[in-house]
Amino acid sequence: MSPARRWPAAQVPGAIGAVAVAMAFLPQFGLPAFYDSLLYLVLHWIVLATSWNILSGYSGYFSFGHGAFFGAGLYTSATLLARWDWPFLATLPVAAAVACALGVALGALVFRVKGIRGEVFALLTLAVTFVLGTLIVNTPIDGGNGVSLAAVPVPALGPRPSSTFYLLALVLAALTLIVAWAISVSKFGAGLFAIHDDEDAAELMGVPTFRYKLAALAISCALAGAAGGVHALFLNYVTVGEVFTITVPLTVVLMSVLGGARHWAGPAVGAVAITLLLYAFTAADHAVAGKAAIGLILIGAILFMPEGVLPRLRRSLRPPPRPAAPHEPVAAPAGANAAAGPGVDGAPLLQARGLAKSFRGVRALSGVDVQVQRGEILGLIGPNGSGKSTFINVVSGLYLPSGGTIGFEGRDLAKLPAHQVAQAGLARTFQIPRPFANQSVLDNVALAAMFAGGLRSPAEGRREAMRWLAFAGLQDKAPVLPAELNLHQRKFLELARALASRPRLVLLDEVLCGLTPTEIDDAVALVRRIRDQGATVVFVEHVMRAVMALTDRVVVFDHGRVLAEGPAADVMQRPEVVRAYLGEAPPALPPTPPASAHA
Amino acid sequence: MSGFTLPSTTLLAQSVLSGVFVGALYGLLGLGLSLSWGLLKLINLAHFAFAFLAAYLCYQMAAMGIDPLLSLVVIVPAFFALGAALHAVMARFAITPFNSLLLTFGLTGIVEAVIQSIWTADFRKLESSYGDHRWKVAGLYVPLPELITLVLAVSLSLAVWAVLRHTDLGKALRASAEDAPIAAAFGIHQKRNALLLAGTCSALASVAGLCLALGFTLAPAQIYAWVGVVFAAVMLGGLGRALAPLVAGIVIGVSEAVTMAVTAPSWAPLVSFTLLIGILLFRPGRAA
Repeated sequence: MSPARRWPAAQVPGAIGAVAVAMAFLPQFGLPAFYDSLLYLVLHWIVLATSWNILSGYSGYFSFGHGAFFGAGLYTSATLLARWDWPFLATLPVAAAVACALGVALGALVFRVKGIRGEVFALLTLAVTFVLGTLIVNTPIDGGNGVSLAAVPVPALGPRPSSTFYLLALVLAALTLIVAWAISVSKFGAGLFAIHDDEDAAELMGVPTFRYKLAALAISCALAGAAGGVHALFLNYVTVGEVFTITVPLTVVLMSVLGGARHWAGPAVGAVAITLLLYAFTAADHAVAGKAAIGLILIGAILFMPEGVLPRLRRSLRPPPRPAAPHEPVAAPAGANAAAGPGVDGAPLLQARGLAKSFRGVRALSGVDVQVQRGEILGLIGPNGSGKSTFINVVSGLYLPSGGTIGFEGRDLAKLPAHQVAQAGLARTFQIPRPFANQSVLDNVALAAMFAGGLRSPAEGRREAMRWLAFAGLQDKAPVLPAELNLHQRKFLELARALASRPRLVLLDEVLCGLTPTEIDDAVALVRRIRDQGATVVFVEHVMRAVMALTDRVVVFDHGRVLAEGPAADVMQRPEVVRAYLGEAPPALPPTPPASAHA
Repeated sequence: MSGFTLPSTTLLAQSVLSGVFVGALYGLLGLGLSLSWGLLKLINLAHFAFAFLAAYLCYQMAAMGIDPLLSLVVIVPAFFALGAALHAVMARFAITPFNSLLLTFGLTGIVEAVIQSIWTADFRKLESSYGDHRWKVAGLYVPLPELITLVLAVSLSLAVWAVLRHTDLGKALRASAEDAPIAAAFGIHQKRNALLLAGTCSALASVAGLCLALGFTLAPAQIYAWVGVVFAAVMLGGLGRALAPLVAGIVIGVSEAVTMAVTAPSWAPLVSFTLLIGILLFRPGRAA
C-alpha cells in the first residue's frame, strides 16, 4: 500500500477526472470516426482489466470467469434492447446488476469452500463461463443464432454515433479507475492485499475474509457487466461463440500481469499497451504475428518481471528509503489496554470447558478445561503432539472445535469465525512467523491495528503500528519487507502484530523456538512488558528456562488432555508429568531427575 | 419386430461407442497434462498446442506419402526434446504453478501463430488408408482410426501406470512430487527425472496429436476447443495418476455422446463443465 504514501489522497481521483474531462472533448476535433472506435477499445479493455484486478489482483483469487460476467451484462443489454425496446442507457444499470448478482451467487457458493484458490478457482470460474454460454445458446435468450441489434438506434451523445461508445467507455473507465484506486488505499484494500498474501493469517487478524472477497467480486462483476452492456450495442451483433470464450479472461490476465496486478493503475497500463500493439499488428495486416508477439510478451513478462511493469518502474524510480520515523519512547503505549472488558475481579478472563477437536478420528483435544485468570502469564507445556498448539488454534478460531465452549468476557468464542475472535480482543502469534510477504513491516502491523483493533483508516493503523514497532524494537525496520528480517526480528514482528490490536489476551505459540540464548532473554523481557502493560498472556513453550522464569502457572497437556496444572516449579516435580515427558522409568534404575532444560 | 425402438437402441449403443472413442482421446491428451501438473507442479497449457503441432506434422508427412503411424518415429523424439527444453526453462526460472499456466498460454499463442502461418487457418484433414477401414461388429460401426486411438490410449496409460507403480524411477518421481527437498536428500536426481518426465509428457502429447490428425479435421483455433473438456477429465480423475484421466475421459466422452443423442449437440459442453464444477466444489483437495 505504498501508493498511498506517494499519491496524496484526493489528488488521484482529481487527476483521473481531469484527464477524463479533457478526453471528453476529443470527438469535437473532428478526428476520423475510426479513432473513436480505437480509443473506445482501449477504454473498454481498461475497464475490463481494471475491474478484474479488483478481485483477482488485490486478493489473489485469479478468476478466469471474467468473460462470464462481461457476457452476462452483454446479453442482458442485448435482450432488453432487442426484445423489449428499452432505451440503451437504461439497460446499462440492469446489465451491471445482473452481472453483479451472478458474481455474488457464485462467490457465496465458492468462497465458502476452503481450498478453492489459485488454479482451482481459475478453472472453476472458467467452467462457469462455458456453462453459462451453453445455457444461453440453448435458450431463447440467444437461440443459437445470436442477437442482432442492427435496428436499435444509438443515442447521440457526441457528434457521431461512434462517439457515444467512446464517451460511455470514457465515463466507465474513469469510474473504474477511481474505484480501483479508492479500494487500494482503503482499509478494504488493505484487507484484500492481506488475503492475497496469507488468507488464514488475515482472518486471524480480524479481516472478514469471506465478506471482503464477496464484495470485491461484486464490484468487479458490476463494472464488467456495465462494460458488457456498452459492448453489446458496439458489436451490433452478439454471439455466444465470441463472448463466452477463454479470450476475454486471458486477455485481462495478460494485461494485468504485464502492467502489475498489485497496483491500481497496472492493468490500465497493460490494457493500453496490449490494445495498441494488437491494433498495430492488425492494421499492418500481421494479425498472426501479433498473436505471436503477445505470446512472447507474456512469456517475457512472467520470466523477467513477474510482478509487472509498473511495480518494476516504481522500484527503480523510488528514492532511497527515508530514515525511519523519529524514535518514540520505547515504553509501552500508555493505557493501551485500559479498555479491558467488564468482569468482576477474580473471574477468569478465558474459560474453556470440555473443549474437543478431532481430525478425521484423531482426537487432538478431548474434553479440555482451562481457565485463564486476568493479568496472569499462563504457560502451556507438554510433549510434542499433546495438543498445545491445537488448543491455541481452536481458541483463536483457526479450527472450529468439535465440542465444548470457550467463554471470553461473557461471549462464547467457539461459535465465532476467526475474525470476530480477533475483534473480540484475542490475538495470537504463529510458531513459524507468517508475515504478509508483500507488505512492509509497518503495514503488517497496521493491518492488525485496523482490523482486530477496530481503527478505521490505514493512516490511523500506521500511527498505532509505529508505536508497537517501537515497543518491539523494530522501528528502524518499518519500511522494509518482512523478507529482510532475520528470524528473531520476525518473531518480534509477530509480537508487534499481535499487540497492535490491543488485545486483552495474547496467545503466543512457541515464540522462543529457534532463538539464541541472548535473543531468548530479550524475548522473555518483552513478554513481561506485554503483561505489565495490561494484557493477559498464554504461551506454548518448550524452553523450560523461560517457562520457569515467566509463568505464574502452567497447564500440562498430554494426549489431548490436561494432565496437571499449578505453579511451574511444583508441577514439574510431579511423577505423572515426568512420565509424560521422559517415559516410564524402568524399575531397576534410580528415580528420574526432574526435567529441567529442554523437553 | 418393433422397427421403431430397434434403431434407437442401436443409435444409443453407437453413441456410447463413439463416446468411448472420443473419451479415450480425452484421456490420452489428459495423461501428460495430469502427470505434469501432479508430479512437476506445472500446468502445461501448451500441451494442447504441442498435440496440434504434432497433428499438423503428421498431416504434412502423410501428404508426402509417409504412413501416419510411421511418422511417430520422428515426432515422438522431437516432442520429447521440445518438452524437456520447455521444462529446463521453467525450472531455471523457478516458475510457480500459476505462472506456468500463464507462460504456457503465451507459448500456445506462439505455436498457434506458427501453425497458422504455415498451414493457414483453413481446415485440414489427414488423408490416409486408415480412414477407409471400418468394421461392423454386432451392428455397430468401428472405424479403424478411432480404434487406433483407443488402443494407444489404453496401452500408454497402462505403461505409464506400470512405470510409476513398479519402477525405481516411478517411485522417485512420486516421492519428489510429495516432498522435493526430502526426496533430494535421499539421493534422488530430481533435475534429470523432471526433464525425463516433462519430455515424456510432451511425447504423449505428440501421440495424442497423431490420433487427433487421424480422427478430426484440424484448424489452429481448434486448439482451445479441447482445453476445457480435457481439464475436466484431468481434474475428475485426480492429478498425477496414470489411469485416472483415461477412465474419467471415457466417463465424460460417453456422457457427452449420450447427451448429444438425447438432446442436441449444443448441450454437450454442459456435461463436462458441470462435472468439473461439481468436482472442484466438492473435492477441491483433488487439485491443489
